[in-house]
Amino acid sequence: MRDVAVVAFSQRQMKEMDGSPTCVELLVPIFGELYEQTGWTKKDIDFWCSGSSDYLAGRSFSFVSAVDAIGALPPVMESHVEMDAAWALYEAWVKIQTGEIDTAAVYGFGKASAGVLRRTLSLQLDPYTVQPLWPDTVSLNGLQAREGLEKGLWDEKATAEVVARSMTDAAANEWAIRKGATSVDDVLAQPMYADPLRRWDIAPVSDGAAAIVIAAGDKAYEARETPAWITGFEHRIEPIALNARDLTTSTSTALAGRAAGTAGVDLAELHAPFSHQEIILREALGLASDVTVNPSGGALTANPMFTAGLNRIGEASRRIWAGESEKALAHSTSGPVLQQNLVCTLASKKGSN
Amino acid sequence: MAPSESRVLSAPMKVEFDYTRSLGPVLSRFMSALAQQQVLGGVLADGRVVVPPPEFDPVTHAAVTELVPVSSAGVVQTWTWVTEPVKDQPLDRPFAFAHVLLDGSDAPILHAVSVDSPAAMSTGMRVKVRWADEPTGTIRDIAWFEPVGDEEPAPSASVETTGEPEITGIISPVNLEYMYAASPEESKFFRGLAEGRILGQRCPKCQKVYVPPRGACPVDGVPTAEEIELPDRGTVTTFCIVNVPFQGQKIPIPYVSAYVLLDGADIAFLHLILECDAADVRMGMRVEAVWKPREEWTTDLNNIKYFRPTGEPDAEYETYKQHL
Repeated sequence: MRDVAVVAFSQRQMKEMDGSPTCVELLVPIFGELYEQTGWTKKDIDFWCSGSSDYLAGRSFSFVSAVDAIGALPPVMESHVEMDAAWALYEAWVKIQTGEIDTAAVYGFGKASAGVLRRTLSLQLDPYTVQPLWPDTVSLNGLQAREGLEKGLWDEKATAEVVARSMTDAAANEWAIRKGATSVDDVLAQPMYADPLRRWDIAPVSDGAAAIVIAAGDKAYEARETPAWITGFEHRIEPIALNARDLTTSTSTALAGRAAGTAGVDLAELHAPFSHQEIILREALGLASDVTVNPSGGALTANPMFTAGLNRIGEASRRIWAGESEKALAHSTSGPVLQQNLVCTLASKKGSN
Repeated sequence: MAPSESRVLSAPMKVEFDYTRSLGPVLSRFMSALAQQQVLGGVLADGRVVVPPPEFDPVTHAAVTELVPVSSAGVVQTWTWVTEPVKDQPLDRPFAFAHVLLDGSDAPILHAVSVDSPAAMSTGMRVKVRWADEPTGTIRDIAWFEPVGDEEPAPSASVETTGEPEITGIISPVNLEYMYAASPEESKFFRGLAEGRILGQRCPKCQKVYVPPRGACPVDGVPTAEEIELPDRGTVTTFCIVNVPFQGQKIPIPYVSAYVLLDGADIAFLHLILECDAADVRMGMRVEAVWKPREEWTTDLNNIKYFRPTGEPDAEYETYKQHL
């Protein structure tokens, strides 16, 4: 395997972006920051890959328009996935592994506030027997939350602790949307919204964009003195039918984690858009109690669709660059109710797990 | 919201499309049975009965062929209260989404349960199907579930699963509503049009002038900040003659759609060429905008009704060849 590292990361997140669904106006300054961090120009990027979906804001082929932010004349090598950009990063990483390229920039963007996100997301469900009911994403994840609660796998206090810790940590994150010092009692004092979920148990609808640069071998050192080396990168998927799986566990996360290798991880950025899902993910990954989880505040405090998973990889990388973590784990989820899960491990030292 | 108060212009937008989907052998039988107020489950290799029936066994991947009737009553396994229903859900007042394990099945079906408040919901409660008034051969033939009263025995399933299924396809209507925003640069362009001005932007790097402005130079990927006001006349670079009638056509055919390169711009934009015979339109032809009456101007490209020939001599090919 070739050694590949994350060398640059930039993000923008807000409750409502007053701009177009292509998010070009977010991507231009984001790419500018990538060039600043690496000292590179467009010519140094061998491959571009993005994650987005036109369903979010109703603009057709928005990923084609977004290419304007790159400046694609002369043409650039480019690809796109209709998944969180963490999967776009996986595609770029695989492309580097083939030896075809040495560097890649990966970005995600989305303006979820343009529509009714929880309704729009029902279009990813089985189109014959499920989608025609328009099950909103909050309700589906609520089914999972109640099942865990009533089976005694966690309790209200445990999810309130996740919320309180996330919002408190997010106070230091300039891009977090729902943040501020919060106690467990504050959380439990909130009224029920979608029983058994309170609003704070549900990630806020978020707009945003983010981008990451990865590079192989010595090229990585060219861009950054202390790159965050990717030591494991795996993803797994479960059936789309919710009644075909045990919703209170995440076997795909467990399998991806095992394959990526979680030994020695001291920090984890988990993509959990619902508070109870952090508990499911911790359990699936077998994270020890002393592992720092979501120091950024996590997706519970800002969850830009198609970007929040990539942000986890970016946030974990930042901790490695800063010397605050020796080995970090970043997780991303896609599809309904934790259907697909990706695990990327990053370390200050080269070498696979 | 007054448009002038916001940085960008926005307007409501609806996207609607119907998917016509054919059903395979399994779902055809399932939907046909629903239309007759009967629920079928699929029998998996391990003997478990799953509703709705999957087309393939999730473990052995073999095609599921055996369907058996299950009860239309069952037990709530888990549920969420829907405080604010969204459009097209089974109920337009607060209700619960639930996993219901029908008697005779081994995996739950997702559907709505109609009760007045979350206090009336509990895991383990018995519910039964409330059938739709008119069968459609879709999952919506189950209108929703409702609690089974103590006095009411669970209805037993009647069996009639032989014969060819009548329902072999469904139509799934999709409609989405958005608040659609223009970019800040596009917004300036449209606001300019409302004043009878055509605004473009110049790339600070390659000096090219883009109209409409795009926010970033697609060549250099840098923000285009400098605003340029352009004249409403230019040169036809290329064009096509529309001869094919289509729904919603407003202009009698044949007519001409052309790329017009405004004087001083580096990118042409698409508009109509009228007030001349379609056969007379040519590359290099000089044209000018014909505006609607001033009192009708809005933030809309249709303020310019069309372009018409100016009568000037044609532009030299050299002046526009790099813009083709």
